[in-house]
Amino acid sequence: MPRILILAGLGLVLLSLPLWGSGYQQRSVVEFLYFLSLAMAWNLLAGYAGLVSIGQQAFVGIGAYALVVLAEDLGLNPFLTLPLAAAVAALAALPASWLLFRLQGAYFAVATWVIAEVLRLAANASIDWLGGGRGRAVRSLGGFERGLREDITFYAALALAAVAVAGAVWLLRSCTGLGLMAIRDSEPGAQAVGVETTRTKRRVYLFAAAITGAAGALIYITQINVRPDAAFSVNWAAYVIFIVVIGGIGTIEGPIIGTLIFLALREALSGLEGWSMLIFGAIAIAMMLFAPRGIWGLVTERWNIALFPIRRQMPARFIEKETT
Amino acid sequence: MIVLSTLVSGVLLGGFYALLGLGLSLTFGIMRTVNLAHGDLVVLASFLALAVTQMLGLSPLVSLIVLVPVMFGLGYALQGLVLNRVLKDGMMPAVIITFGLAFVIQNGLLMGFSADRMVLRQGTLETAGVTLLPGLTVGVLPLITLGAVLALMAGLQLLFRYTLIGRAFRATSDDPQIAALMGIDPKHVYALAMGLACAIIAVTGVLMGMRSNFSAFDGPIRLIFAFEVIIIGGMGSLNGVLVGGMILGLSQVIGGALNPSWFQLTGHLATLAVLIVRPSGLFPETIDRS
Repeated sequence: MPRILILAGLGLVLLSLPLWGSGYQQRSVVEFLYFLSLAMAWNLLAGYAGLVSIGQQAFVGIGAYALVVLAEDLGLNPFLTLPLAAAVAALAALPASWLLFRLQGAYFAVATWVIAEVLRLAANASIDWLGGGRGRAVRSLGGFERGLREDITFYAALALAAVAVAGAVWLLRSCTGLGLMAIRDSEPGAQAVGVETTRTKRRVYLFAAAITGAAGALIYITQINVRPDAAFSVNWAAYVIFIVVIGGIGTIEGPIIGTLIFLALREALSGLEGWSMLIFGAIAIAMMLFAPRGIWGLVTERWNIALFPIRRQMPARFIEKETT
Repeated sequence: MIVLSTLVSGVLLGGFYALLGLGLSLTFGIMRTVNLAHGDLVVLASFLALAVTQMLGLSPLVSLIVLVPVMFGLGYALQGLVLNRVLKDGMMPAVIITFGLAFVIQNGLLMGFSADRMVLRQGTLETAGVTLLPGLTVGVLPLITLGAVLALMAGLQLLFRYTLIGRAFRATSDDPQIAALMGIDPKHVYALAMGLACAIIAVTGVLMGMRSNFSAFDGPIRLIFAFEVIIIGGMGSLNGVLVGGMILGLSQVIGGALNPSWFQLTGHLATLAVLIVRPSGLFPETIDRS
């Protein structure tokens, strides 16, 4: 079982990183982990449920403001707000899904964005409570000693990414996942064989919202200041789409590879400001045209490997034996 | 009188929004996909008009002679060379490609023209007004825009109804496979439709650039307004575009009159309300092809 050994080794390296890594490495890995969680959530939506959302920043912002309100107004420990931010985001996603699931395809995409815009404007308008355009800071984070805060942030990010990846794998291997893949291949066909298409999609949408909300809270634990234009920025959607498209949409491994490439590329282009977003956009277009299954798709075309196997293979007894 | 002038300015603003929605409605009606770079193409057209007016010394409205064919060619190339390659894979590739294109255009404009806000100047036309009633003066530019929308809509209506290429558009919209059996090349029709939409976008870009200043990152909000127009009006319905634009303009102006910071918010809420009550818009015309 080399697969399990690789995963366990990776897990050990990550778990022990605060013991031997520098603060810079630790912060970089935190960034990797939250982008990975965001990408995993979007990948589930677009790659499996056929729900192409360009409004996931709505849940990043909801998570960020849940952190502010719960930690500052209600006095909770900021790190304990992470699961609550996930719950708040999922709760907000429920009425949003009633609205959005009336729309198909590209209309769904733009409507998710409109909802994120409404939330951005509402946060901007709420000057007394949420601080309007200047936003609010999570002051209670100042109560933690810096090294301790970074260590807790690191393990929280690790836990979030683990939940995102394990949750996605579990969801896809479950009955829901089987339904999802049927929906992806043909929605009327899935309906005909008894898949509850709307309920299945809603389940994925809520799960993705919860992960994105928790990631939003975590991002703003590292950034401390929550401003509506940044928290509800469409750039979150752009980054995540870039990550998943380059890594391989509809795979578990794709977002991992995509996040690594995205962060490396961003580092390499950091001096170029406007050019970097232009290059990201151009790469996404080129990938869609020439390698729509992403880098992981190119890998699996050549070699039959999988780090997180989710494909169902027909049991051997059903495969016709060749008579020789 | 305040009520009346608010309503009139809402209707005139609605004219701008209808123009904005017209190009998007056309591409949706025929190709069934949303062009997420729509708003950025409008801003691109404004910047191109600026470049043309500066280089050739033309006024913005005259620059349309150059701009319309250029934008038509750009649209034809975008569909013919890029988007047509991913038609068979459903709507996701088109959504992602046009989303990527939006970022390419925004940052390309930022690099090419700086982040300053620009404006197109057409003599004194932007500030000229006509007094309809004592105390009620409307701008000439919004009236021209409303006239342009009505003329374009009438033109498209005639094109669709009475010409061979118009029938090809309608046939491809209904069923591209059957249309192909009848000897129509759907890919060519799609490219023509995107070219036509971009020609309308050229007009939109010039008129909007004269109405208010613009900068490289104004595309997304224009896309959202255009999208709201067709959500309210009904997907792919040309007449719905006019009504959708009016409703969006009126709800923004009325909201803004109640509280200046509600201006955009009431427009978004009107859209969401239509989505709740009538998800296919007020004048659904396009049949579902899935």
